[in-house]
Amino acid sequence: MVELAQLLIYGVVLGSIIALGAIGVSLTFGVLRFANFAHGDYMTVGAYLVLPFYAGLQLPVAAAVTLAIAGTALMAVLIDRLLFERMRNAGPLVLLVSSFGVGLMLRSAVQMAWGPRTLVYESGIQLPLLFGPLRIKPDHITIIIGAVLLVLAVHLLLTRTRMGKAMRAMSDSPELARVSGINTAQVILFTWVAGAALAATAGFFLALDTNLRADLGWHFLLPVFAAAILGGIGRPYGAIAGGYVIGIAQEFSTLVISATYKPAVAFAIMVAILILRPTGILRGN
Amino acid sequence: MELLGIANYLVLFLTIAGVYALLTLGLNVQWGYTGILNIGVAAFFAVGAYTSALLTAPATAQPPGPGLPVAVGMLAAMPVAGILALGIGLITLNLRSDYLAIASIGIAEIVRLFLKNEEWLTNGVRGMAGIPRPFAGVDIAGWSAGGALYLALTIAVIGVVFAALQILYRAPWGRALRAIRDREVAAEAMGKNVLWFRLQSFVLGSAVMGLAGAVHVHYAGFIGPEAIDPLFATFIVWVMLIAGGSGSNLGAIVGALAIWAVWSVTELLGQIPEEPITGFGALRVFLIGLLLQVILLLRPQGIVPEPRE
Amino acid sequence: MAASVLDITDLHGGYSSGADILRGVSLSVGAGEIVVIIGPNGAGKSTVMRAVFGLARVRSGRIRLRGEDITGLPADQVVRRGVCYVPQVANIFASLTVDENLDMGAFIRRRGVAEAKEKIYRRFPPLDKLRQAPAGQLSGGQRQMVAMGRALMLEPELLLLDEPTAGLSPKYMDEIFNIVDEIGAAGLSVLMVEQNARQALAMADRGYILATGKNRLSDSGRNLLANPEVGRMFLGGEGEGDGHDMQNGGGGVKSDGGDSESDGRDMQNRDSHG
Repeated sequence: MVELAQLLIYGVVLGSIIALGAIGVSLTFGVLRFANFAHGDYMTVGAYLVLPFYAGLQLPVAAAVTLAIAGTALMAVLIDRLLFERMRNAGPLVLLVSSFGVGLMLRSAVQMAWGPRTLVYESGIQLPLLFGPLRIKPDHITIIIGAVLLVLAVHLLLTRTRMGKAMRAMSDSPELARVSGINTAQVILFTWVAGAALAATAGFFLALDTNLRADLGWHFLLPVFAAAILGGIGRPYGAIAGGYVIGIAQEFSTLVISATYKPAVAFAIMVAILILRPTGILRGN
Repeated sequence: MELLGIANYLVLFLTIAGVYALLTLGLNVQWGYTGILNIGVAAFFAVGAYTSALLTAPATAQPPGPGLPVAVGMLAAMPVAGILALGIGLITLNLRSDYLAIASIGIAEIVRLFLKNEEWLTNGVRGMAGIPRPFAGVDIAGWSAGGALYLALTIAVIGVVFAALQILYRAPWGRALRAIRDREVAAEAMGKNVLWFRLQSFVLGSAVMGLAGAVHVHYAGFIGPEAIDPLFATFIVWVMLIAGGSGSNLGAIVGALAIWAVWSVTELLGQIPEEPITGFGALRVFLIGLLLQVILLLRPQGIVPEPRE
Repeated sequence: MAASVLDITDLHGGYSSGADILRGVSLSVGAGEIVVIIGPNGAGKSTVMRAVFGLARVRSGRIRLRGEDITGLPADQVVRRGVCYVPQVANIFASLTVDENLDMGAFIRRRGVAEAKEKIYRRFPPLDKLRQAPAGQLSGGQRQMVAMGRALMLEPELLLLDEPTAGLSPKYMDEIFNIVDEIGAAGLSVLMVEQNARQALAMADRGYILATGKNRLSDSGRNLLANPEVGRMFLGGEGEGDGHDMQNGGGGVKSDGGDSESDGRDMQNRDSHG
């Protein structure tokens, strides 16, 4: 029982990170209709950008993360302007190939800037907090609370703001959005900012939980997409649910199979959902 | 002596370029002919390489194998890679193309984990050594000609694959694939045939990638899960195909040669300074990524565009 | 027609791939007029509307709004000039609530959104109780109301309606026609593609009959209804008037030429994109 509860906690931590990544993928997919394979690397860039502000300039964590988010969002907008925007007429598959290349470029850029070695934000061992027999690291609490707050922020954005509603509208029907007078270029810009901000935060949380490597986000792309597909791609609320399902399933899987195959669990769930219900839980677009 | 060194380097260069040409031809069947997005090229390559290695490894190798002829290994590599493609294709090919792309990442990851962890079969991270290398040790007038002979074999394999793919491209089969790719016919009009054609194309392309793996392993004599960087291998094959010209088999070969030449020349450039440049490897990867973007923006049809009927 | 709001002259075009769908369409909508376009499948009725919003490719010809050339202008710029459009299919944001659909109709409007919404709810009372319902879960008639409500949020000068009654029950059909009538009476100009030609022509100031991408006939709604040829081909049987009316009323119809091979039998089918 204790073991299960402990795994559940790890699963919720992992699920929180996957969910944040998956919302971003889902938003950009819904509005732009292409699967951004560089999304995992946006996470990596976000995680690394915390370093110069936190370890370098000695800013408080919150300020450093905010600046890293801003940097990642700026990068995402620039990449769209320089590349994706110019290729939009060529179709979603060309964009996907391009984004695959963008991801590799970002990984290389991170290696050039920070070297091939694994880094951490802070060395030293965190003592876990004890709740009865359960052990929780303070970082885990940060991640879970941070994710809940961000999910809430996304919800308010999508349901209460003009831009958020327009994002959902474009997801539903891009053409109707245009003939309704919605400034679609502005909505696309906003979507990149929101998606990249979530990616950067997810990357920071992931690096906080593990460490900083150039391929940090790339190896996270599969669970992130699995969660987005599970929830119905283009449906941010489904992506949240999908994230937690995948995260918890991955942790529980270690009871049955070797932990080295943990990444395969996301894939297995994705394949299962593709066979049983290709539109995902919430019927994506 | 200098001349011999250049000749040996050229043989090495062309053999590796030939392996990439096979991979690019396989990808061309999938992406160029049919519009199937496979981001797991390296997985089919690895499966082909390991299949041939396992079948041909002699009893003295580590781990020992049955020591079957190299030709058997190469021929077996194709169906094994094809069967892997069949399984994944049946699940994903009737879905949207981007789902297949995501699934292919998953397959690549699982294949990598499998090869790394299942030591009983693959010797795990240590990899498999002592794989037979045909023509190794053949000596012609004091020049060890093994490499050149193997290059000849590689070129012959490419020739056969190229010819077969050209025939298929011109056949009604190839026309049907292009019609599916260009959505000239509504999917419904072709009924279930669309899935069937896409599946055939995916399996055939993956089988060619498996063959590329086998050709590679009998050149290197060694294969391990980290022998090739799976991500980079997949990516550079994509750059080769898009640079050469998606849809054109000749373009696939030209693209593989051109990009491999660029890659090799930049490697030589990195060796010129006394002090090794830190991050030089990453810079090269970055530049190849940039090259892809430039091609996509400025010349999406590639060096040798697909002929338009 | 000096006071015309929309003027389309000799429009040729279609979609990026394939042959032209429009092969010389001209029409105009005067201020406060209700103008109806009817015609068989593939006549190019929807394509004319899509061309106004830059969604179809115009190869030649001009689209003018109050004299200003708007040919090829992006959709949001057309909207800003006071033209709103209800497409035939996919005309609501299915996952958004009714209220949010109306918000999207007023995206470019910063002030008076709440008042405009209340006006819409008064015009479409069934929507009032459904404000928070996802639009995708509504019935066909309710969806059409949401779609029209969204398009009316900006209080446009000209409203384009593409088959607003397609697939609706007779009850809703009448309701939609009544609303169009009211909108017209309120001084708005309306250009409408309709398959229920008889009802539409009865309320229209003027009508155009398109066939194979060209103007075929144009006249007042009354006269078109009374025209025996129109009656035979597009109204499914006899015209509104008896034989006597046909002879007299038909005299006023001017034929705009075009071939007469078109067949009106499949008028009841939905026009896919033509």
